[in-house]
Amino acid sequence: MKGFSSLFYKEVLRFWKVGFQTLLSPLLSTLLYLLIFSHALGSHVQALPGVPYISFLIPGLAMMALLQNAFANSSSSLIQSKITGNIIFLLLSPVSYPEIFFAYVLASTVRGILVGIGIFAVTHWAIRVPLEYPLWALVFGILGSFILGATGIIAGIWAEKFDQLASFQNFIILPLTFLSGVFYSIRSLPPFWQQVSHLNPFFYLIDGFRYGFFGASDAPPYFSLLVVSICFAAVSLFTLGLLKSGYKLRN
Amino acid sequence: MTPAIEIRQACKAYGDLKAVNCVDLEVGQGEFFALLGPNGAGKTTLINLLSGLCKPDSGRLSIMGFDVSRNYKDARRSVGVVPQELVFDPFFTVREVLEVQSGYFGISDNDDWIDEILTRLDLSAKADTNMRALSGGMKRRVLVAQALVHKPPVIILDEPTAGVDVELRQALWEFVRSLNEAGHTIVLTTHYLEEAQSLCSRIAMLKAGNIVALDTTENLLKGFSVRRVKLQISPDEMPEALKSRCLGLESGYHVLKLDEFSELESLLEALRKFGTEVTDMILPPPDLEEVFVEIMSEA
Ligand SMILES: Nc1ncnc2c1ncn2[C@@H]1O[C@H](COP(=O)(O)OP(=O)(O)OP(=O)(O)O)[C@@H](O)[C@H]1O
Ligand SMILES: [Mg+2]
Repeated sequence: MKGFSSLFYKEVLRFWKVGFQTLLSPLLSTLLYLLIFSHALGSHVQALPGVPYISFLIPGLAMMALLQNAFANSSSSLIQSKITGNIIFLLLSPVSYPEIFFAYVLASTVRGILVGIGIFAVTHWAIRVPLEYPLWALVFGILGSFILGATGIIAGIWAEKFDQLASFQNFIILPLTFLSGVFYSIRSLPPFWQQVSHLNPFFYLIDGFRYGFFGASDAPPYFSLLVVSICFAAVSLFTLGLLKSGYKLRN
Repeated sequence: MTPAIEIRQACKAYGDLKAVNCVDLEVGQGEFFALLGPNGAGKTTLINLLSGLCKPDSGRLSIMGFDVSRNYKDARRSVGVVPQELVFDPFFTVREVLEVQSGYFGISDNDDWIDEILTRLDLSAKADTNMRALSGGMKRRVLVAQALVHKPPVIILDEPTAGVDVELRQALWEFVRSLNEAGHTIVLTTHYLEEAQSLCSRIAMLKAGNIVALDTTENLLKGFSVRRVKLQISPDEMPEALKSRCLGLESGYHVLKLDEFSELESLLEALRKFGTEVTDMILPPPDLEEVFVEIMSEA
């Protein structure tokens, strides 16, 4: 346990020390999205019945920022450690691979949740967002951080250069989050694209998260929870297997 | 007694290149052991196999009797490695680095020991400095400190004195020697052969992944070193009969080869017979560098 808690502490301290980039800057960019989209689209989009567009937008944007930051935390920490070589200090120690997994994932979760909460905190005074089922919101927020934190580990292990990590982010994470219904309700899409959206795991994360706020969603919340849980289990098992094998870490 | 390090038929290849080629090696507890070899000989790879940084293709390795893969936790607790590369985590201060490293080894309250290592390595003044702000030599010292946080019985130093000034080099060796006297097993690699010669009691020489020599420092020097004698003579002309022994002239001295130390006697007698007077004589001590060059060219 001590090995896990030390690594967890180190990972949290790492992003905390550069909080300007890791917490404030995602907060700022999310607020910019909010400003631009609510102004540009506010009067054209009817997302959920009876919900003003800007209120609809906030949970989606918060979740998107949460997911992206959870991913960024583990992936950038790992690739930096690999490239600078200081990953060896961990690899020389008796810390086990499940401890490594949970430490990275939970530190990512802390960062994701902090960014998410930050977004609600700074918009709270201006825009009212209901919170119908806080537990649902919390469960989806945490599961989302877990999944993306673990995916970040995979990307951080796989990538050998920073630009490979950037392509992982730009070609996989970014499109999946953008096309998951952050900015719109997928009911406003043509049937074909609705079907496609249902194949995107990020859709269930955002939709389930939003259910916690509005008590209404595109997909049934229990089904979303099931999909998200299965994704979490699959990604975790894969990541644990990768860490156990020593792939690209001990070769 | 369980050997500190036991390596049986360890192999590691990178593509076609056999970095470590079926090496067998045993280092006893309390030894001060040197692993020598030219660049690319496989020293670091062998150390990585021991520390678990890479996995062998075949063979078994253990530290203090703990198999490095099946019993990796105990094996890693038993060894501290000072890596060859100057790596550091730019996010943290020296003390943070050492506290986190202690935690990795399951140690909670390590402040006393950390303070002691910092003092011994002359780093106390830099304890709260960010790693980024340290000079190269200081970073090297932090690497040594990191390897020692968990008081490992076996300490492996991979070229710890590369790029380190004379003063620190001496201080470092003094520290390592005291650790050895306190019972720690020391394995080091270095390209400064006089360091190995003066510190280590036993030496393995590696070439292209194979061990080509393994013996006590004393035996290696005795067995391989060409003994030489340097003579100043008057008249300054080597008699024809002894010219075959001449290795050359070195700042006014004739350098002569001795196959056996006992040949010195007959050599001096021969000179006397030719009416040559010996005005000065130097018997250079055996030199590991020569042994090394000789073994590497033979193997
Ligand atoms: N990760 C790797 N991938 C491919 N080849 C490698 C790798 N690591 C080491 N090698 C090769 O294995 C051989 C042994 O390297 P190693 O680093 O063990 O040598 P060394 O004895 O430590 O040399 P030096 O004195 O320069 O530190 C070299 O030919 C090296 O190029
Ligand atoms: Mg080396």
